[in-house]
Amino acid sequence: MRLVKNAKGFWLSIVLAVVVGVVIQFLISGEILDSFYSNTLYLIGINIILAVSLHLIIGVTGQFSIGHAGFLAVGAYASAIMTMKLGMPFPVAILVAGVAAAIAGLIIGIPTLRLRGDYLAIATLGFGEIMRIIFLNIDYVGGASGMTVSHLVTWPWVYACVVITIIVIVNFTNSTHGRACISIRENEIAADAMGINTTFYKVIAFVIGAFFAGVAGALYAHNFYIIQPTNFGFLKSFDILIFVVLGGLGSMSGAVIAAILLTIISAFLSNYPEVRMLIYSLVLIVMMLFRPQGLLGTKEITSFFKVGKSGKGGVQNDSKQTVA
Amino acid sequence: MEQLIQQLVNGISLGSIYALIALGYTMVYGIVKLINFAHGDVFMVGAFIGFYCISIFHLGFFPALLISMAACAIFGVLIERIAYKPLRNATRIAALITAIGVSLFIEYGTIYLRGAQPEAYPNTVPLHDLKIFGVVISGQSILILGVSIILMILLQFIVHRTKIGKAMRAVSHDMDAAKLMGINVNNTISATFAIGSALAGAAGVIFGMYYTTIDPLMGIIPGLKAFVAAVLGGIGIIPGAMTGGLLLGVIESLVSAAGFSLWRDGVAFVVLILILLLRPAGLFGKNVKEKV
Repeated sequence: MRLVKNAKGFWLSIVLAVVVGVVIQFLISGEILDSFYSNTLYLIGINIILAVSLHLIIGVTGQFSIGHAGFLAVGAYASAIMTMKLGMPFPVAILVAGVAAAIAGLIIGIPTLRLRGDYLAIATLGFGEIMRIIFLNIDYVGGASGMTVSHLVTWPWVYACVVITIIVIVNFTNSTHGRACISIRENEIAADAMGINTTFYKVIAFVIGAFFAGVAGALYAHNFYIIQPTNFGFLKSFDILIFVVLGGLGSMSGAVIAAILLTIISAFLSNYPEVRMLIYSLVLIVMMLFRPQGLLGTKEITSFFKVGKSGKGGVQNDSKQTVA
Repeated sequence: MEQLIQQLVNGISLGSIYALIALGYTMVYGIVKLINFAHGDVFMVGAFIGFYCISIFHLGFFPALLISMAACAIFGVLIERIAYKPLRNATRIAALITAIGVSLFIEYGTIYLRGAQPEAYPNTVPLHDLKIFGVVISGQSILILGVSIILMILLQFIVHRTKIGKAMRAVSHDMDAAKLMGINVNNTISATFAIGSALAGAAGVIFGMYYTTIDPLMGIIPGLKAFVAAVLGGIGIIPGAMTGGLLLGVIESLVSAAGFSLWRDGVAFVVLILILLLRPAGLFGKNVKEKV
């Protein structure tokens, strides 16, 4: 009975998602939304994928990584090479971008995930910078002047990628493996003592997060007409980080909402880039001083609609911070 | 051969700038266990204060250096009191995110106030180039080396011979025990931030002198590299930061000398990842077992 009920909820949200996607497609093709709005919608989609993929690493598994722009860069360049140099179709490029970023995640994850806390943060930051410098030095992809990429991104592609990313990550979080990842976030030593292979699950989360960052990279590259190594500096990593921090470390719907909000704000502030960064930095500081668990904490938006049902079991404690 | 020695001299000058910044990182980390991301931006602010002192008030190099150090010390204490002090008992990740926020705030606040355009540093070095066995050592290099050596000796004196230095060592060893012994922990932490920021300010002025251009985002890369230097020497250990800084500077200039100057910025991060994997406590550090 419960299985049927859960399945019903799942198919209901899929139908809802399809309806929303089709409606927006009609709005775009009917030219009710002009290019500014449709471009903002694409950006929102890309940022949601990035936010959700980083949420899996930071929010669910508790591994503080600030090199996410590195995976974005790998995906962007891999997909651009596929479409521009090898003449492959766009869906192949998206897949290759994801796989390339996942391999990068595996190579980086195995050694660096032995580190904890701020050391891990610095190592991943260093990795992101190394990626940028590598692309800066490869002439095949244009070096510092960058690579021109044709505009192939359309709303169905972006929307499909967003929906698939969210489904995969929600299901992963609610699976046995996801619970193992949450236990690592709550207390790594205790999780280890309970027989959970912490290294394995940390690397798994890292690789899945990197895969979707690579997918986002493919969309990112084919949305702008040119990609340059400077687009993937660590300021980009901080841009992604702030989605997760603002939304709540451990809340996926929080990350999605933060990505939507901040993308809209930055679209309207695009003429004043320094004001945008000032607002971002103030958000980070004020958030950590007054509400360190983020807007939603570890709650999901759906939990507000379930009145009377206690959440997923266990004691809910709002004031507790979950990331070690 | 002369080329090599020339590069070594450049490496040591660059390395002593890294060492000066790394000292601030390592002292702050040793006491409050916080990677002060904003430290690189204090360095930038120091460079700008020095620039305005020289170009607008027509001061000489040394008065500008001293004013910049004093102003940075105050600035560092302000940052600590406003942003970090309320988070003293928060998680380390919360403190790290705040530090990132403060860093971005200083960078873009500076851009907002004065624009992002770079500024050419006036050359007021009173020293001439020196020629020893065919190797030309520029006046700037001598000045950088001299200033950093004097500041490091001064720092060693403060840490090991004065009362506040003793308090700093006690707090970094065990904050709670130090509190019980009647040490004012808050003042000691502020003093640490003041000394570290003053060193960063001095590094900013001599960096501007050496590289001749400064801009509001100049603090990011040297700041990160100085952090690498601090980790390389063993974070929290003062002689470690000096050695790490010099070593990193020399490695970088040898890499540029070998013809890979575009990869120079990457080398520091490769060094970082290698040191974290092979010897996470750093060259001078001891491995401490984690208690459960």
